Amino acid sequence: MSSPKIDVAYVAKLARIALTDEEITRFGSQLGDLLEHVAALEKLDVSAIAATAQVVESRNVDRPDIVGESLKRDVVLSMAPSKQGAFFRVPQIIGES
Amino acid sequence: MSVMEKYEAVIGIECHVELKTESKMFCGCRNVFGAEPNTNVCPVCLALPGALPVPNAAAIEHMIRAGLAVGATIPTFSKFDRKNYFYPDMPKDYQISQFDMPITQGGVIRYWLEDGRIGECRLTRIHLEEDTGKSTHAGSTDGRIAGSTFSLVDYNRAGVPLMECVSEPEIHSAQEAVAFLESFRRTLLALGVSDVKMEEGSLRCDANVSIRPLGATELGTKAEIKNMNSFRSVQRAIESEIARQIEIVESGGRVVQETRGWDEARGVSVSMRSKEQAHDYRYFPDPDLVPLEIGAERVNALRATIPPLPIERFERYTGTYGLNVKQATQLIDNGSLAEFFDACVRVSKNPQSATNFVLGDLSRLANESGIAVSDSGVSPEHVGELIALVESKTINSKIAKDLVERMWKGDGSPKAIVEREGLAQTSDPSAIEGFVLAVIEANPGPVAEYKAGKTNVAGFLVGQIMKASKGKADPALVQSLLKAKLE
Ligand SMILES: [Zn+2]
Repeated sequence: MSSPKIDVAYVAKLARIALTDEEITRFGSQLGDLLEHVAALEKLDVSAIAATAQVVESRNVDRPDIVGESLKRDVVLSMAPSKQGAFFRVPQIIGES
Repeated sequence: MSVMEKYEAVIGIECHVELKTESKMFCGCRNVFGAEPNTNVCPVCLALPGALPVPNAAAIEHMIRAGLAVGATIPTFSKFDRKNYFYPDMPKDYQISQFDMPITQGGVIRYWLEDGRIGECRLTRIHLEEDTGKSTHAGSTDGRIAGSTFSLVDYNRAGVPLMECVSEPEIHSAQEAVAFLESFRRTLLALGVSDVKMEEGSLRCDANVSIRPLGATELGTKAEIKNMNSFRSVQRAIESEIARQIEIVESGGRVVQETRGWDEARGVSVSMRSKEQAHDYRYFPDPDLVPLEIGAERVNALRATIPPLPIERFERYTGTYGLNVKQATQLIDNGSLAEFFDACVRVSKNPQSATNFVLGDLSRLANESGIAVSDSGVSPEHVGELIALVESKTINSKIAKDLVERMWKGDGSPKAIVEREGLAQTSDPSAIEGFVLAVIEANPGPVAEYKAGKTNVAGFLVGQIMKASKGKADPALVQSLLKAKLE
């Protein structure tokens, strides 16, 4: 079986992670090894097993529509790297002209 | 054939609706419009490390009821997924949404147009997700993204339950698009699941617009139109986009797939071409949220809570009751008025008279006083009595008008008032003849004028006779008796 390929540069870009060429090569082969391991599952016959989106067995965990406590604004804003008045201040949104 | 008629527009609508709940989708922060910035936020909706989301049961119920109202299927199994992308107004760097297993699937929105025609457009799906925070783009002169150097973010809206509804591309004009949205809006209002206010952003919509030669079956390249902030904007933006695409094709060009922002003030749309690569959201099931299993029993219990829908009312009013489009729409769009009207029809079995009273005197009194008809002293039973009194000719229309005023003030049953105060119409010819003769006797001048050919003085004489009878005489009888006596 051919080893699964992963486009590390593309994934890094989506995740906003800056990688050097050397890192792209190194992580590429490491991630490839991981995927190869997972690919071993393909050898199993799973035709009798239903697809699942969750390994936890519980269902319908919800809460009643009741208002609880929120945080105090000065506490909230004290965690912000940058603020202005009552707002979080964030850099110009990239990618839109 | 004009150039416009050579093409058919194909439009699909995507709209987002904030659900009306007390608390947010996955945390207990208050869900309210217009609060002080960043006061309704907590570790969950700010995505602080370790915070876990728990779904709001009321929001799930709203979704199921909305789905049932439009005839959607409610699958037994659905789940939440993470939609991954970066945007400063989304604190987690992913949005909890639903990818391949939404709470509702399919359905159809039926709508009416101004001329009374009924149209319909199928839905692909309605799914549940969370809203983002709200950014104000600062550092530019006009608050828009272009030219801004930074943004200010308010996370009060982050995590508010949001319904996304996607239609099939089955709408063919700007009018139909608006009618579709109005119908969806009315339906959600009737269900009480949202305020659906475009001006407050609790209803937001985008339109996918393409054109194709009339008769073609293949879809043309579409443009997505955003930033339409009112029904008027939707109408204008879609009309403008259809015209723009036809112009391109007619001059030998090709429509480019892109997102365009509508500029209401300038009446044009502007390309919002993104520098980023095509979106790749890498959806995956949210490991923090367990799946939903919605059984038939729960669905049936919720089905029983669905009120009469606006489109059903419209068809009953314009069909069975014979009202015109304007009357039907007026009743449906006036809060509790349609319900009051329905009760009046049930009691009186006379839709036309009920319409006249409800949209006439009662609506006028409601406007003058600022009190809804259903909150006034008037009950549907009283309206029914009044209609019966008029139908049986027990009272004339003048007395009926006075009675409506008195009912409004809380004087109670019109039947009781009529009996107590002897207001029943006099249709006894000998009694009326007495009034006629007395008035002829007392007004020799006008009588002479009438006999000389000035027949329009009859109106004055009728007025005098009605007055003499204290308004109780049957006006038709008065007229015929007067005419007989003068000729
Ligand atoms: Zn919160």
